[in-house]
Amino acid sequence: MSLAISGSSTGVLDWPAAFKDALVTALVAGALGLFIVGFRTADFGKGLGFEYQFVDLAIACGVIFAGRFALSCARGGTSVVTLLLGAGLLAIALLAPLPSAFLRTVSGLAGVALLVAGTWTSVRGTSAGGGRIAALSAASDVLGTRVFPWFGAALLGVAVVLPFMPFADQKVMDLGILILTYVMLGWGLNIVVGLAGLLDLGYVAFYAVGAYAYAMLSTQHGWSFWMCLPVAGMLAATFGVVLGFPVLRLRGDYLAIVTLGFGEIIRIVLLNWTDFTQGPAGIGGIPSATLFGRVFAENAPAGGQTFHEWMEIPFSANHRLIFLYFVVLALALLTNFVTHRLRRLPVGRAWEALREDEVACQALGINPTNTKLTAFAIGAMFAGFAGTFFAAKQRFVSPESFVFIESAIILAIVVLGGMGSQVGVVLASIILIGLPEWFRDLGLYRMLVFGVAMVLIMVFKPRGLISRREPTIRLETGGGP
Amino acid sequence: MTPLIEVEHLTMRFGGLTAVDDVSFTAFPGQITAIIGPNGAGKTTVFNCITGFYRPTEGRLTLRGGDREYLLERMVGFRIAARARVARTFQNIRLFAGMTVLENLLVAQHNALMRASGYTLLGVLGIGAYGRAERGAVERARAWLERVKLIGQADRPAGELPYGSQRRLEIARAMCTGPALLCLDEPAAGLNPPESAELNELLISIRDQDRVGILLIEHDMSVVMSISDRVVVLDYGRKIADGTPAEVRANPAVIRAYLGDEEAPEAAHG
Amino acid sequence: MEYFLQQLINAVTLGSIYGLIAIGYTMVYGIIGMINFAHGDVFMIGGFMSLIGFLLCAMLGISSAPLAVVLVLLLAMAFTAVFGWTIERVAYRPLRGSFRLAPLISAIGVSIALQNYVQLAQGARPKPHTSLVQGGFTLYSANGFDVRVSWLQIVIVVLTVALMAGFTLVIGRTALGRQQRACEQDMKMASLLGVNVDRTISLTFMMGAALAAVAGMMFMMYYGVIDFFVGFLAGIKAFTAAVLGGIGSLPGAILGGLLIGLIEVFWAAYFSSEYKDVAAFGVLVLVLIFRPTGLLGRPELEKV
Repeated sequence: MSLAISGSSTGVLDWPAAFKDALVTALVAGALGLFIVGFRTADFGKGLGFEYQFVDLAIACGVIFAGRFALSCARGGTSVVTLLLGAGLLAIALLAPLPSAFLRTVSGLAGVALLVAGTWTSVRGTSAGGGRIAALSAASDVLGTRVFPWFGAALLGVAVVLPFMPFADQKVMDLGILILTYVMLGWGLNIVVGLAGLLDLGYVAFYAVGAYAYAMLSTQHGWSFWMCLPVAGMLAATFGVVLGFPVLRLRGDYLAIVTLGFGEIIRIVLLNWTDFTQGPAGIGGIPSATLFGRVFAENAPAGGQTFHEWMEIPFSANHRLIFLYFVVLALALLTNFVTHRLRRLPVGRAWEALREDEVACQALGINPTNTKLTAFAIGAMFAGFAGTFFAAKQRFVSPESFVFIESAIILAIVVLGGMGSQVGVVLASIILIGLPEWFRDLGLYRMLVFGVAMVLIMVFKPRGLISRREPTIRLETGGGP
Repeated sequence: MTPLIEVEHLTMRFGGLTAVDDVSFTAFPGQITAIIGPNGAGKTTVFNCITGFYRPTEGRLTLRGGDREYLLERMVGFRIAARARVARTFQNIRLFAGMTVLENLLVAQHNALMRASGYTLLGVLGIGAYGRAERGAVERARAWLERVKLIGQADRPAGELPYGSQRRLEIARAMCTGPALLCLDEPAAGLNPPESAELNELLISIRDQDRVGILLIEHDMSVVMSISDRVVVLDYGRKIADGTPAEVRANPAVIRAYLGDEEAPEAAHG
Repeated sequence: MEYFLQQLINAVTLGSIYGLIAIGYTMVYGIIGMINFAHGDVFMIGGFMSLIGFLLCAMLGISSAPLAVVLVLLLAMAFTAVFGWTIERVAYRPLRGSFRLAPLISAIGVSIALQNYVQLAQGARPKPHTSLVQGGFTLYSANGFDVRVSWLQIVIVVLTVALMAGFTLVIGRTALGRQQRACEQDMKMASLLGVNVDRTISLTFMMGAALAAVAGMMFMMYYGVIDFFVGFLAGIKAFTAAVLGGIGSLPGAILGGLLIGLIEVFWAAYFSSEYKDVAAFGVLVLVLIFRPTGLLGRPELEKV
């Protein structure tokens, strides 16, 4: 059961071995599913009973067998079999009466994957095709270096004009804000994970600190969004320092589990410290952000002015969303700009150096704890900003929003994007946040796919979607940032 | 001449194993002091004690830099490099493989650049003298790249360089910290003869031009004998000889340690 | 006093469960130096296997409690071990020699995938189950307070002690244990000397998963309920136990488990039950600050 699907050996196919390998894989899959999938426990009124799902299990094992066998064929150079099996799976997915939509999706995807794999190997097999592929990859390299710098600018352009598009209704703006919030969180976490190489599994805790800071300061002390923003950022950064100081001296994996625990502690405290946080009920009635003191509402509060009165345009509920969209865009760009700057400063280079080799850093006189601490604190600060924005956008916060899975999603964005890559984070946010929002049917399967995707990325493409690393300085140009 | 570093009664035990046992020696500025000995003699452990990776069980390590004295056994690793200005290379090269050659050399100048960037605060805002300081750092890096013949490779990731170039880059990186004492752990290991000869020239130029004291762990006897001013010989964690290359070569204890007891008479004949 | 004694009995029971999970963390850490974040979810899978096993037993009319427990134990251990094997094979083995964070991130992926796999297949609702092992006896009573020990608690503690003894023997006396210790010392050298490193690591994962399955069964019987999310907290606490006892040390894992059980139960009994999870984390942070090698661990010297 070797995983080297990308292996380029084109030896002769060993039929019995491939068959045996596929059979073992299918049997293992069957063993993994026999109890968990086969016997679905359900409450029938008097205690638990079973709903049997052996047909689903058998079909799933069949798909796995066919897929595994077909991949061995592709590797052995017999891609005809791969293509046939791929087409077969696709036909089953489209035509056969499968018991569930999930099985249909899985076998359909497997079919498509096999067709692609089969075509790829058969094209590469022929010499002309091999040459063409080599030329193609060379061309894409050139394209990469030429086009890449413009890609980020193009994305920014799209982001700026999006609210003024005719199709930008409330749904689109909401999704845009959601994606941009994750882009910002991803960029913030990228400083910690991507640049400094510290695995922070409790990043959402700092997000919560920012959100609750604004929620409480605004509802209890009447602070405005813009006053709170820096305070919440500083507060989150302070939490980062306090948490980071004891554990940053230790091995990286201890840090991971302590941050994980810290994320949970924050949530438990928010849930149980009812006097302070109103517990599971959450804090509501949080004021939204204002523009130079003008509120986004139909009617102005006493002594205030609304945005539409000020601009002398008719009221629209969309104005608030568009405004919030630009606020989060600005915050995200601030994060990006600061990260960009930091990478070119000694502290940024020291982060990357620490990620590469901590021992060598010590030998060069770099204080590892302080350097990590700055990364941790700055990352936390941006999470605090994002949290403040989140509270102002939702106008309601509760511990429900700050569970571990949020941290995992942000981490997945950074990992999929390519650790340290800023554009990668944007692409990954669009893929991981934007697409599932459109395909609501995925619903329950989304997190399963998330988990599996994280493993697959680590195995097959550990550097993520965008693995280019721009040097922070070049000798030809010299000079500073 | 005042010694650059004085190692007095250095002992390092790991559990029941005594890796270094009561070793004392001195090294002088502007000299190359080689530490030799069979495998497992405790040479790298001595280095790790001097550079703060291990805390010695017993002993004193005094470094004199400028008009100050530093008691290295009491300092944390990174402070030894930052304050006492001890730089080192590693037996198994430890470069920042994903970063470019030039970036490696700038990381080495971290502490000075950090001050110039106002500990990051001013640097982020783009005010202060950071730009000038970084140009200075790049010039220093350029000078070292020219000396180690890597000027054409400056913007390549360090991990892509061939082995011999990586060894030279690691020395350049250590030198960019502006050290008073440079500790080299087997710099010639894995080099072919021309590369090895080049390395000798580089080390001699560091000694004579930069007036930096060098501590050198080396297995290649031709390197040791041709460039070192003094040689310290360790065996089973103890010092068995200390002197000029000629003295050490003639020392019967050294011959015994290297060739074994039975072969000693034969070696004496030869 | 009676209250204290009762809590002590409860704490030892809970501590045994944590200890068994902690062994899985510690063995894997010892041999490949990584924290298997998904181990808590393997424990959860073990719990579900046992739940389904007990339901099957009831359907097949096996009413003898000892027979059912033994059957379910073997079944859960065997099938959970397959999970352990697969996780190592698919998510960790290809990453040996990859960058430092890769196996950790992969492990988190496995953890998320396992939770959602079980949630999808078995539903998100907690599954209640009345244990086959019922009853107990009153140890003694005073001041109108009965100090009770249930048969289940005795089963849990006895099973833990037996497994602990068994595993110490396996690692101390058998060829497999020797190979494991060789891999811990130096994987490259071990493979040069003919130790099948891949096989040894696989077996280590399977052993850890089998023990987690035992813990999962005990947990399910003890609390009478299980859901897809129990592995998260139990996993973190067991990891804390492993660190507290000294990661890499088998007796340390059990000792740490007992201590965490004591802290949790007594915190809940005397201070506040809401913050009992916080107490366990607090201990983790304190241990990492003041004694990162744990109680029975050996200091680690990085080779430079």
